Amino acid sequence: MCSCAGDSENTIRNLTAPGSSLDTRRSFLGTLLGVGSVFVGALLSVPLIRFALFPLLRRTTELKSSPLGALSEFSDLTEPVMRTIQIEQVDGWRKAISEKAVYITKDTQGQLRVLTSVCPHLGCTVPWGKERNQFVCPCHGATFAPDGTRVSGPSLRGMDTLETSLQDGQLQVRFQYFRQLVSDKEVIG
Amino acid sequence: MHSTQKSQSNGSALPEKGLWGWLNRRTGLDTLLRTALYEPIPGGARLAYIFGSGLLFIFISQVITGVFLTLYYVPSADHAHTTVAYITKSVTAGSFLRSLHAYGSSAMVIVLLLHLSQTYIYGAYKGRRELLWLSGTILFGLVLAMAFTGYLLPWDQRAYFATAVGTNAASEIPWIGESLKRMMRGGTEMGTLTISRFFVAHVFFIPACIFALVASHIFLFRKAGAAGPFTENPFKPEQKPELFYPRQVLMDLSLTALLIIGLGLLAFFVPLQLGPPANPADAQYIPRPEWYYLPIFQWLKYWHGAASLIGILIIPTILAAAIVALPFLDRSVERRPWKRPVAMGAYAFVLFALLGLGLRSQYVDMHDPGVAQQLAKQKTEEEEYMRKPFEPELSSSSLAAANVALADPLAAKGKTIFEAQSCNACHGDAGVGTTAAPKLIGVGAKFNAQKIKALLRQPSTAMTQGGMTPSDLKDEDLKLLIAYIESLK
Repeated sequence: MCSCAGDSENTIRNLTAPGSSLDTRRSFLGTLLGVGSVFVGALLSVPLIRFALFPLLRRTTELKSSPLGALSEFSDLTEPVMRTIQIEQVDGWRKAISEKAVYITKDTQGQLRVLTSVCPHLGCTVPWGKERNQFVCPCHGATFAPDGTRVSGPSLRGMDTLETSLQDGQLQVRFQYFRQLVSDKEVIG
Repeated sequence: MHSTQKSQSNGSALPEKGLWGWLNRRTGLDTLLRTALYEPIPGGARLAYIFGSGLLFIFISQVITGVFLTLYYVPSADHAHTTVAYITKSVTAGSFLRSLHAYGSSAMVIVLLLHLSQTYIYGAYKGRRELLWLSGTILFGLVLAMAFTGYLLPWDQRAYFATAVGTNAASEIPWIGESLKRMMRGGTEMGTLTISRFFVAHVFFIPACIFALVASHIFLFRKAGAAGPFTENPFKPEQKPELFYPRQVLMDLSLTALLIIGLGLLAFFVPLQLGPPANPADAQYIPRPEWYYLPIFQWLKYWHGAASLIGILIIPTILAAAIVALPFLDRSVERRPWKRPVAMGAYAFVLFALLGLGLRSQYVDMHDPGVAQQLAKQKTEEEEYMRKPFEPELSSSSLAAANVALADPLAAKGKTIFEAQSCNACHGDAGVGTTAAPKLIGVGAKFNAQKIKALLRQPSTAMTQGGMTPSDLKDEDLKLLIAYIESLK
């Protein structure tokens, strides 16, 4: 048993004698194999890295536009009207559908504009105050003109307008959230 | 100086300088590498010996792809299929990695059969190699168990029904069968507990066993030494040895390269399909297992009632026991196949029986018009499902909000008031709560309508401090609002 082990050690010694041409050839081959393996390994890790980084590299999901109704419905607006739109928030493999209120109103030039009902102060939903002909936030009393411009109260800017588009005579709106407590409108998602 | 002497005595000079020398002095990595590579193979390197390292490569590949797949997979009857669909249809390289993992299991079975056949035909289990063979047979069982448990995880029609049949087959085992089935399923029926069990077995239990057994298999292999060709003495090798490195390493790597290229091309050009989600109510679906389980599937068809004891318990047990105990039963030193007619005959018999059963199963399916038609339909359904874009799962919170509107007309009107009054601004959509104010879900269970009304008209001090204002709604509107609040559960 012991001599057996000695035999195999001798064999290894004989087969891997230092300085032999075989040894040099081996170290070259070894380098080649090492480099080759690293290269193949790197190549194989490409799909793995792409797979793992997918949520980071994917372009942010485009918020779909939600329909508000035919443009003609809003042609003779005298005061802001509220519409509820459904927005879809995708979170990986699941989605949540929530409802958001928006106002369709006219600016000073009589052009249609759509306002989010989220107060730019601290995010409360701002109702339309028919009696006062103003938007009045119930939380901290910020008031806004029918076209959304700031009148009084703690808000640093007027109500935020949303991007609109026309599709086959239908008014569409793209809902977005904006940073609160700042004087300039800034999209946050 | 001392280490130089030691390295000289080892045969070739160890690199002493630089980073590699330092690393080696700290870890002994070079010695380890030499031990691994300078393994003498009696009779020299041969292509016949390449399958073991091929298996090791596939195993590592399965571990890596498997770990990455769990980045997105959720083991639950509700989400398993959605998450696999997400991996397959949305995530970059997801379909590729999933295909690689699934085809890897087939490759594993093929290479495993080749490795087993080579060991058997070469009589490489002889000569103090009983434990080596034994660990190999257990590994074989574990690989089949991995394939079985992994198959269910996508929770599509194919996975669900194949596993329903597979677990049912277990219940045919006399005495313990029913309990075994219930234990595998986590109940009498297949469900979310079945997925949990299969997932834990597939990801934790079985891999842990495989790691341990692969380590002992390699250890026992090195302890016994390579068996060499079948003309070699299994106890005391006599033929001129050649070291594992370089020629055998190159041969082994050629199989690895072949596997990488083969599996890569297959996964890329023929990605694995995912069928529609499991529908346990589908009575039409005809389940078929993966190809390597077809022989067993066909075999089980022949045994029913009292005879099942023979076909399902006795014969497989004898066969398994014979395979496991082979090195104990076959004690002769003879390794040349042509001198071992009984062993070779038994091998050929089992091989042809398995092949015959598998082919028979395919033949029966193709020649039964009803079955063939249904199988074709199932395939079409899978293809149709694959063409559809990924549809995210509707989260339960948004479902609850949507359902309220339909359920109770009073609550539906109340919801409009809830939003018009901007209650949702602080209490959140559907009363889920925000940082500004607590959730309203469950308030209806805590307070009666009278109390809620009182609180709305005259909020408590704590509520007022939190920013709640008294409601000035008309009584009838307040009633609707309360109906809505009470509906929030």
